[in-house]
Amino acid sequence: MAQKNRLPDGGRIDRTKPVRFQFNGKRYDGFSGDTLAAALLANGVSLVGRSFKYHRPRGIMTAGSEEPNALVQLGTGARTEPNIRATQAELFDGLSADSQNCWPSVGFDIGAINSVMSKYLPAGFYYKTFMWPASLWMTYEHVIRNAAGLGKGPTESDPDRYAQHHTACDVLIVGGGPSGLAAALAAGRSGARTILVDEQSEFGGWLLTDDTEIDGMAPTDWVANTVKELAGLDNVTLLPRTTVSAYFDHNFLTAAQRVTDHLGPQENTKTPRQRFWKIRAKQVVLAQGSLERPIVFADNDRPGVMLAGALRTYINRYGVLPGREIVVFTNNDSAYRTAIDAKNAGAVVHLVDLRPDPDNPVVHQARQAGIQIHEGSAVVGIKGAKSIHGVEIAPLSEDGKSLAGPTFVVSASLVAMSSGWNPSVHLFSQSRGKLRFDDALTTFVPDHTPQKTRSAGACNGTFTLAGCLAEGMEAGAAAAKDAGFDSAIAGPSHVVKEDAPGSMRQVWTVPTVHPLGKGTRKHFLDHQNDVTAADVHLAAREGYLSVEHLKRYTTTGMGTDQGKTSNVNALAIMSEIRSASIPEVGTTTFRPPYTPTTYGAMAGQGVQELFEQYRGTAMHDWHVNNGAVFEDVGDWKRARYYPKPGEDMDEAVRRECKQARETVGIMDASTLGKIDIQGPDAAKLLNMVYTNAWSALKPGRARYGLMLNEHGMVFDDGVTTCIGENHYHMTTTTGGAARVLNWLEEWLQTEWPDMEVYCTSVTEEWAVATLSGPKAREVMEAVAPKMALDPQTFPFMAMQEGEVAGLPARVFRISFTGDLSYEINVPARYGMALWEALMEAGRPHGIVPYGTETMHVLRAEKGFIIVGQDSDGTVTPYDLDMDWIVSKKKDDFLGKRSLTRTDTARPGRKQLVGLLTEDPNFVLPEGAHLVKEVKPKPPMDTIGHVTSSYFSPNAGRSIALALVKDGLNLKGSSFQVPLMSGHVETVTITDTIFFDKEGERARG
Amino acid sequence: MLQITCPWCGEREGIEFHCHGEAHIARPENSAEMSDAEWGDYVFFRKNPKGVHYERWTHDAGCRRWFNAIRHTVSDEFIAVYKPGEAIPELPEKYRDPASNRTGAPQSKETK
Repeated sequence: MAQKNRLPDGGRIDRTKPVRFQFNGKRYDGFSGDTLAAALLANGVSLVGRSFKYHRPRGIMTAGSEEPNALVQLGTGARTEPNIRATQAELFDGLSADSQNCWPSVGFDIGAINSVMSKYLPAGFYYKTFMWPASLWMTYEHVIRNAAGLGKGPTESDPDRYAQHHTACDVLIVGGGPSGLAAALAAGRSGARTILVDEQSEFGGWLLTDDTEIDGMAPTDWVANTVKELAGLDNVTLLPRTTVSAYFDHNFLTAAQRVTDHLGPQENTKTPRQRFWKIRAKQVVLAQGSLERPIVFADNDRPGVMLAGALRTYINRYGVLPGREIVVFTNNDSAYRTAIDAKNAGAVVHLVDLRPDPDNPVVHQARQAGIQIHEGSAVVGIKGAKSIHGVEIAPLSEDGKSLAGPTFVVSASLVAMSSGWNPSVHLFSQSRGKLRFDDALTTFVPDHTPQKTRSAGACNGTFTLAGCLAEGMEAGAAAAKDAGFDSAIAGPSHVVKEDAPGSMRQVWTVPTVHPLGKGTRKHFLDHQNDVTAADVHLAAREGYLSVEHLKRYTTTGMGTDQGKTSNVNALAIMSEIRSASIPEVGTTTFRPPYTPTTYGAMAGQGVQELFEQYRGTAMHDWHVNNGAVFEDVGDWKRARYYPKPGEDMDEAVRRECKQARETVGIMDASTLGKIDIQGPDAAKLLNMVYTNAWSALKPGRARYGLMLNEHGMVFDDGVTTCIGENHYHMTTTTGGAARVLNWLEEWLQTEWPDMEVYCTSVTEEWAVATLSGPKAREVMEAVAPKMALDPQTFPFMAMQEGEVAGLPARVFRISFTGDLSYEINVPARYGMALWEALMEAGRPHGIVPYGTETMHVLRAEKGFIIVGQDSDGTVTPYDLDMDWIVSKKKDDFLGKRSLTRTDTARPGRKQLVGLLTEDPNFVLPEGAHLVKEVKPKPPMDTIGHVTSSYFSPNAGRSIALALVKDGLNLKGSSFQVPLMSGHVETVTITDTIFFDKEGERARG
Repeated sequence: MLQITCPWCGEREGIEFHCHGEAHIARPENSAEMSDAEWGDYVFFRKNPKGVHYERWTHDAGCRRWFNAIRHTVSDEFIAVYKPGEAIPELPEKYRDPASNRTGAPQSKETK
């Protein structure tokens, strides 16, 4: 198909490389070097999408990443991507894109009924309509969510690869236009490690559009020479197609590099589709340029209304003239260049200038070129909806508020508008920079920032080419110098001949034949979110005067473009309404990312099994091979239970619980935290961190201890064993291992540096198998024939070193089940050998492997607490009825003084007790509340809650632990437990031991 | 994403560190004689200034050592870092509170 708007020559496209693509199912041709937007315009496609709220037909407004309208769904299947800016998507062979937010087609869209209904869809429509009754919001939301939204996210997992790259540099330069290139030359020549980033496919920025000569060269030649020099410098990294998405603290910036997007889908390649850069820069130069402002006039959203600079880019960079009859509507000189270039490309051009008497060299050039200039006039309406047929023009009154004469119509298919330029201050603002309003430029410019960053060129409010080059050079050299490099060799300044920019005339809302908000014509501010000038007036009338309220009420600036083209216009209109200056109205915060960034790039390789890695014990494979069901405890995978074929969890746990008490059970306890403590002051440290006394503990003996924080609250527990003189082996909870080590280190390093103690985490060094049950000793006798196992030589709470299954081992006679237990520690590499030997030796005795679920039941039968489950950071040892473990003799230990604070010592605190349900088969849900009186519905006064609850096969009934107000004084009392289901269970408070109350089994 | 200088290791990424709040709070040695209010002040009450803050940090994913830092809570600038037990560095002129002659350093001479 012919590209009817393609100019016969010119542009930076490669005409020897035709490219075929599809849009909305139709085939088109373009050239390598085109963006999708350029190729669509070349083919005369001006209707590209439908707007968000009113479903109005929309076209292409810009030529860059600020595009609010031309968002397309790119690609299909797993690779489909929504909201891709057609102005940024580079064309490749086979590219397929579709319009968004329209059904059944972009030409005939049912949702456009919203446009007819627009009177009934004002700003804040949803707030007003769906506020009441609140209970129906769930229904409204469902419908609204269906109607809203732009593109569709992919439903399959992403087949592409993404990479992350961390780097550091001396000078990071963001933006590769004239200022950025000049800065890169200065920084690069100094020898500083320099990274130059630009979001476009090639460097040059505005120089790829403009024709002002630099040093007597065409600007594109100067760009080519500059890039060639930079590419030859080893210390310079050039990153085109890369968007700096965010500016964080201490000069840490992230950037998304589109590595293969311009080539289309890549199969069977190891090249990542995108690379996410994390850059720490000593110095930053921001040279992001500026974004042109649209004029807020009636019908300014019609397909065919675009920014003047964008039209010039399509003509000069892409060799596309999107219309043969063009109206250029401006308030400043810059659009005259567009008009002249359009005229030279063969278009009939009308210039409509808001200024009554423009008088600059460029105005005369335009006149000489045969362009008709309508001074002091404005575009007041457009004929045509899906495309433009004619443009209505009228002279404007002196104050710009009304029309000063009759309207007339000129034939045109394209309007190019310019209301001046806004510096791109997004990253500067993200760096916590403060902005200043420049009255002459009528826009915000950078003021000061706490970070080591400089703004140069148009993003700093400098709009001449000579100024950009000079500022860039200066900023690059200064940045290099501050990073420690010699900036004297930055190079000579550049010679540019250009006219001084002329004045501007701001008419923030261009009047039309009807008052604002009346009639059918709309003045759009935010084209992506369909916010009009009338909406801002409505917001003001309803009291939403602050900029933050305005933004939320009208949704201006809240689209995927973050209001790049709309924010200043919105502020200006609000300032007019309030008769306040724009800086008084203020500006909203710019937030990352600068443009939408693919989640895949941010995730990098950290997806699927690499998203979160797990810790497995030395016996992990055995558990897997024997059908264990696992649970996550911290990063650990712990075997929860080992179901036999046909068993569910309850059945498996009941079997394991029974058998472990009748014969012998075996559990993998390797995940328990283990800390090796050595040094002459080790016992002194233990005395300070535990509540009980440790000085008398002899080698080979173990003791249980509770740790408190300085608030006096229990934060960990475990058994610590004296291995030898000045040498201890501390165990902690599985989840608390790191916390406890940090706790010990904190006190040793900061408060007691004079103590000579060394703490080492040995959790991973030891594999631990726990044998528990009446037959445990028989199994031990079989695997440790040389060890003395009789209770006199090796009693409860003792440790001995020796050989188990031929392996060097430490065996601890400690018990978390209340049964005769041996915790056998061997070097981790022998863990599997130990486990298999124990299973083999245990087989004649009916050994049963059990998991954490059975462990929980067995310990609860004995009333042993789990810190973090039966305690919650508000629980003292006294609350746990563990007075016996708090030394009365020690002068001090961590948390001691807090135990006598008025609140900690008061009676009636929540205390740990046992619960028995009236129905012995009913298992209370953990977290259920106890009440004195059941009311028909919540709230009810709670006196406590269930912390642990199980069916105990050994007690033959359900058992529970609970924290209950004044619980220790309430034993024997009954209370009610109302449940979500409506069932109310009666419970009786008991002590916490449900099995072997005498405690003889563990000592046997 | 801060960049922090560990006094032992040098400049490292902020994710390697952990902040532990206000520094230079010595643990009382006479707690038995302290009133609830005095003890509560030690346990619960911390400064939360907008401006210069003396803090404790650890280099968890590095040398695992504790150190002190003077950080500006608005700009996140690290004005100084120093090891436990070292003298508190004097504040540069521009950070000093013009209302007092003090350097802004904590009153307590004890370091933690």
